[in-house]
Amino acid sequence: MMQYKGWEGFVPGKWSNDEVDVRDFIQRNYTPYEGDSAFLAPATEATKKLWKIVCDLSKKEREAGGVLNADTKIVSTLTSHGAGYLDKDLEKIVGLQTDEPFKRSLQPFGGIRISESALQIYGYELDDSVKEIFSKYRKTHNEGVFDAYTPEMRAARSAHILTGLPDGYGRGRIVGDYRRVALYGVDYLIKKKEEDKLGMSGAMTPEKVRDREEVSEQIKALKALKEMAASYGCDISQPATTAQEAIQALYFGYLGAVKDQNGAAMSIGRNSTFLDIYIERDLTKGLITESQAQEFIDHFIMKLRIVKFMRTKEYNELFSGDPTWVTEVIGGMGVDGRSLVTKSSFRILHTLDNLGPAPEPNLTVLWSKRLPLAFKRYCAEISIRTSSIQYESDDLMRPEMGDDYCIACCVSCMRVGKDMQFFGARANLAKCLLYAINGGKDELMKDKKTGKPMQVSPEFMPITSNDALDFEDVKAKFENMMTWLAELYVNTLNVIHYMHDKYCYESLEMALHDTKVRRFFATGIAGLSCAADSLSAIKYAKVYPIRNEDGIVVDFRIEGEFPKYGNNDDRADELAVWLLKTFMKKVKSHYTYRESVPTTSILTITSNVVYGKKTGNTPDGRRGGTPLAPGANPMHGRDSNGALASLESVAKLPYEYSRDGISNTFSITPNSLGKED
Amino acid sequence: MTGRIHSFESFGTVDGPGIRFVVFLQGCPLRCLYCHNPDTWGHGGQEYTADEVFVRALKYRNYFGDKGGVTVTGGEPLLQIDFVIELFKLLKSKGVHTCVDTSGITFRGSDAECVKKHEALAEVTDLFLLDIKHIDEDACKKLTGHSNRNTLDFAKFLSENGKKMWIRQVLVPGYTDSEDSLQRTRAFLDTLDTVEKVEVLPYHTLGVVKYEKLGLEYPFKDVEAPTKENVLKAKRILRGEGEV
Repeated sequence: MMQYKGWEGFVPGKWSNDEVDVRDFIQRNYTPYEGDSAFLAPATEATKKLWKIVCDLSKKEREAGGVLNADTKIVSTLTSHGAGYLDKDLEKIVGLQTDEPFKRSLQPFGGIRISESALQIYGYELDDSVKEIFSKYRKTHNEGVFDAYTPEMRAARSAHILTGLPDGYGRGRIVGDYRRVALYGVDYLIKKKEEDKLGMSGAMTPEKVRDREEVSEQIKALKALKEMAASYGCDISQPATTAQEAIQALYFGYLGAVKDQNGAAMSIGRNSTFLDIYIERDLTKGLITESQAQEFIDHFIMKLRIVKFMRTKEYNELFSGDPTWVTEVIGGMGVDGRSLVTKSSFRILHTLDNLGPAPEPNLTVLWSKRLPLAFKRYCAEISIRTSSIQYESDDLMRPEMGDDYCIACCVSCMRVGKDMQFFGARANLAKCLLYAINGGKDELMKDKKTGKPMQVSPEFMPITSNDALDFEDVKAKFENMMTWLAELYVNTLNVIHYMHDKYCYESLEMALHDTKVRRFFATGIAGLSCAADSLSAIKYAKVYPIRNEDGIVVDFRIEGEFPKYGNNDDRADELAVWLLKTFMKKVKSHYTYRESVPTTSILTITSNVVYGKKTGNTPDGRRGGTPLAPGANPMHGRDSNGALASLESVAKLPYEYSRDGISNTFSITPNSLGKED
Repeated sequence: MTGRIHSFESFGTVDGPGIRFVVFLQGCPLRCLYCHNPDTWGHGGQEYTADEVFVRALKYRNYFGDKGGVTVTGGEPLLQIDFVIELFKLLKSKGVHTCVDTSGITFRGSDAECVKKHEALAEVTDLFLLDIKHIDEDACKKLTGHSNRNTLDFAKFLSENGKKMWIRQVLVPGYTDSEDSLQRTRAFLDTLDTVEKVEVLPYHTLGVVKYEKLGLEYPFKDVEAPTKENVLKAKRILRGEGEV
């Protein structure tokens, strides 16, 4: 049994017996809370002052056109910048991405051109020497990917049948177990990694060489993390001894990750119940008051709100803004039947009152029927007031993931520190259906050399008749086209993730994972409801193709009515289920990089607009260029039987086939939830 | 038997208690000047058997909870009373809470057969939402094209038969919001024994679009929605909550 000062008063167990096991620590030490929100404390004067500084800076940033300041010369690493503060005397939790608040860092490992153009848009010039280094001497992820892409991959990418691919930006979606920094201290984590490395012996296969190199990188990152903390006057080599130290250490872990990576989603995990153990210990000892506990949490959340990355215009268009996806999950139930709600679950939601509503961090409540009633009421109250809470079904995810999983981005669940994922954007199935009809020729793009429609897939047999489309014929052709697309998609991602590991490895985030990690190969689907309705139209109405001068079907004439996905009508909903199952089975049949487990998601929350722009007229009557529906939503305005019918349609999609998540964007006015009296 | 149906709403939260599956039946003899569903007046709609509607409604049983269930409204659902009875019999066989939203216009107290039919309906209906358009017969005729006699008779009939009802009053400024008429409505309600609740529905203009679509002149162009204070005041009077 190891002994640390920071562990005094904690119930020992597997976690303290020479094993990294944060879940075990939580289970043995946390205090479930069934009470209400009456204990919460308002923002302190220091919090108010600090938040005002942030608000003033945000205003200045907006006035400056979106970016207030950007580093053009110093490449961001854990130790690249000195300490930065909002107001050193007031901050209880310190640490900024660079040496000044709102100064965006330079992160060119994903791709130098992207860094350059992101700077240019906002009127900054990339330093020549950096440009030279990353063009001549240091290869980037982006360059690596394009070296290995096949012509077919390039064509599918520029036609946008594969779209949003992380080949020019950081893949993100990896969530380090930042709690380990607080609970164990960095020295112990380094020791464990060194032990792991020692175990990697024997025949030096390429895999083993890579593993050894990666663990070495992880150890270096942990050392750099200590150095980074030291620049703020903090020693995180040992376990945290107080609540403030624990929050600080955890935040340093996260800060290191965002200094290292500009990922598409940089989520933070599942921390409030873990931190509650430290807060409870300090409260019991009389070391802090409730007001101080809340202040620590408020200052921590404030830091998460000002995480910023330098991104291009296209990127912001794709994601409708500049999201960082600092997702923090709250609540949920333990597998032993106790709720994981603690007072700190309330404290973290209370920041929405103390600091006002905000989209980041993305506070996500893991909902279960069995959560304590007072907590449910409090969530509802905060939701009504701020519209800033995301909810996800713990009852659906827990059976598979246990009770210590987190969410990356919006819906991707992973066990903290035990799972990682290779983010893979999405394949556009609505467009794939058009390819099936046109034999793999793009309905919008022309071949630059010949001026003829671009052949993206190999030449499949197109539909040549001008009669009403025959459902069985279209379905068979569609399935063939999906076979092609799934293989190409998986292989494209294999290239991307090989190169990301090679040139833009997330050494710190992976240092905060078990060395033997489970990897998910996360694919995604866009245009599900559009493709399902299109198949339904072909099956239940008469759909006639309309061709252009090249013989390409560019539009459709529909005669008669057809059932639409979103009305709880099995005829249409079954087609959506068929699409998901069929595509996923095809994805699963291929080799995936590093023995990763293939999953898929249906969760385009904003990018459906951009994907729609690149998709021509579809057989369901959707006009070319108009948005696809977000995620698994029915097409806009087609669900005519009210909310439950719409939700029931979505709920028919089998989760076991879409383990990386299914999203449904749903808004409702308070009035339509019933009358007040 | 088939019914003519305008549409379904799977998440009804304003027509009766709890979460309800709402069936909008097609057709209505009234022509309320403020009607927000003019598209349910005429013939048409799609035909469904009672069994088909029953199966559809049952899909949402998990959501009904302790309070929710099925509401038929319209149009005037009791124009198709036989269909409603058949549907409700099926629903009652599964213990689903049933509710009718009606103006009571089809009830003719002097017609024995008609009364019998409404008795049969009452047997399978848990709750009636009864819309009193106006307490004055003349004013009611102006507003709806029909007398209010059947409505008031139906209210008495429900009371005598021990059937629960929620009274609804659409509050239209200048038409149904005079203190005097509201107080006389309240006096009438005092003669009834089974009124569980009184709902005041503030007039709104959300139906205007439908008139345009149907190529109809909107008769209430110049009428504005009632103020919050007036809605509150009407509620207090109609609920007999003392002086205002």
